[in-house]
Amino acid sequence: MSENSSIEASSSATTDEAAEIAIKISDLSVWFGQGADRVDAVKSASFVLPRGASFGLVGESGSGKSTILRALTGLVTSWRGSMEVNGQTLGKKRDKTFYREVQMVFQDPYASLHPRHSVDQVLSETLSLHKYKDIDNRIDKLLSDVGLGPQFRYRYPHQLSGGQRQRVAIARALAPSPSILLLDEPTSALDVSVQAEILNLLTDLREEQNLTYLMVSHNLAVVGHLCEKVAVMQNGEIVEMLAVEDMRKLKATHPYTQHLLESSLGYVRT
Amino acid sequence: MSLLDVQNLRVQFPTRSGVFDAVRGVSFSLGHERLGIVGESGSGKSLTGRAILRLIRHPGVVTADHISLEGENLMDLTERQMRKVRGQRISMVMQDPKFSLNPVMRVGEQIVEACLQHEKISRKAAKTRAIEMLEAVSIRDSERVFRAYPHEMSGGMGQRIMIAMMLIPNPQILIADEPTSALDVSVQTQVLGIMDKLVQERGMGLIFISHDLSLVSAFCDRVLIMYGGRVVETCQADKLYEAKHPYTQGLLNSMPRLDTPVDRLQVLQREDAWMNGDIATEQATSATGDAANSADGAGGQA
Repeated sequence: MSENSSIEASSSATTDEAAEIAIKISDLSVWFGQGADRVDAVKSASFVLPRGASFGLVGESGSGKSTILRALTGLVTSWRGSMEVNGQTLGKKRDKTFYREVQMVFQDPYASLHPRHSVDQVLSETLSLHKYKDIDNRIDKLLSDVGLGPQFRYRYPHQLSGGQRQRVAIARALAPSPSILLLDEPTSALDVSVQAEILNLLTDLREEQNLTYLMVSHNLAVVGHLCEKVAVMQNGEIVEMLAVEDMRKLKATHPYTQHLLESSLGYVRT
Repeated sequence: MSLLDVQNLRVQFPTRSGVFDAVRGVSFSLGHERLGIVGESGSGKSLTGRAILRLIRHPGVVTADHISLEGENLMDLTERQMRKVRGQRISMVMQDPKFSLNPVMRVGEQIVEACLQHEKISRKAAKTRAIEMLEAVSIRDSERVFRAYPHEMSGGMGQRIMIAMMLIPNPQILIADEPTSALDVSVQTQVLGIMDKLVQERGMGLIFISHDLSLVSAFCDRVLIMYGGRVVETCQADKLYEAKHPYTQGLLNSMPRLDTPVDRLQVLQREDAWMNGDIATEQATSATGDAANSADGAGGQA
């Protein structure tokens, strides 16, 4: 783990530009509750994402992978350690420029869109919060970026399929033109055929807009498809970091990663 | 002889804009085997499972030429007789234990209730049976779990409790509707293993409904692939990757795979022809033929 981060550090040192690092998390701990009820959800996690990278966090539920994303966006305030985004160290409060740079896509497209807001309202609210002027044109552009036609603009979430809703959620995240997208299980609520569409969309968007992805998933195949590097988490700790090529060759060293890989290769009848 | 034979099952829902056909003429038969039903959301796979137990609520309408359980047509039974079938002869494991267990009742109480509902035994005997059953689904601390409430259990535990509850009346057929989709991959294999073992030991028939093709191909003996309320293809589970129907191939190709990386995933191109009856009926008839053969085979093994 420490080896990997030092490799990242040295490579960024050679280019000699701190701005090349999109996210740097060192020694991050997150907890919930106090006293006897205290749960340490994340225990001193560290990793570095160069700009334009795509990094996956995998692990079973309760391993703290989503909590890292929530701490990064400021949805969880009880954390210790240091987090840097684009060279800026994050405090307890985030300013507007942070939210312009970092946006999040949530797991369940059925729950993350307001049921009584039309697509137009959802997007224009985000755009006006970020003080954009030409909202009308921008909405058209956002919709076409995520592969939805203009006919979807005045629809409500219940008039959209799961895949279309997730596209709207991605459009909302892209509204302030962020450089970093946090993806919290973006396809786990979708069918495999729709999952393929969304994964392709995410691949295209990353190329077009030079985005940095930090993705959380329990599906190793999905992470393997979208990311170059993976951190495996168990009980709040990062137990192993490995490149996706090594994961494909099943070159995991930690027993838990090996166990995850075996399980994801399918059920084997005994 | 096959355990369950379903012929021309239909589920319809009247809507303001006409009748919606959710399941359109599904036929299959089940022996002592593991039958998988796969398809996307909205393909009618869950409704097929529910319709077998006649669990479709008004205004939904279930029609079928017959749904025969060992020769007895379930369509002719009264609601009172049907209650004897549910749980005792065919039982069902639902997707999410969080929503399917009673949150204000202790786990043990719920299992005992399931047991007393179907058999005339003493409460004490029912309790011993329940604890045995909890042990059978690999719950180590069965006495403690017996006294616990569902919210104290993890997802995997909850699902194992559901399986225990469903298997305690010793049904002939278990319908499992996405039993592992709410679980983590590592827990998933464990729960499947337990279910597999119990189903085999008791010689039950299993209908396994899932959207996960790779899981079904590894776990089941035979697979029905559903699209738009119809069975578009039936095949042996281990030969799923040689499936011929473009829909099945499309589904298989759209999955990212760890061992074979691709730059872009193939996107499923839907064709209207898949909704038409021609292929489906042809497949359905061959399905029943296959089913009878494989049911015999499986029966011989058992």
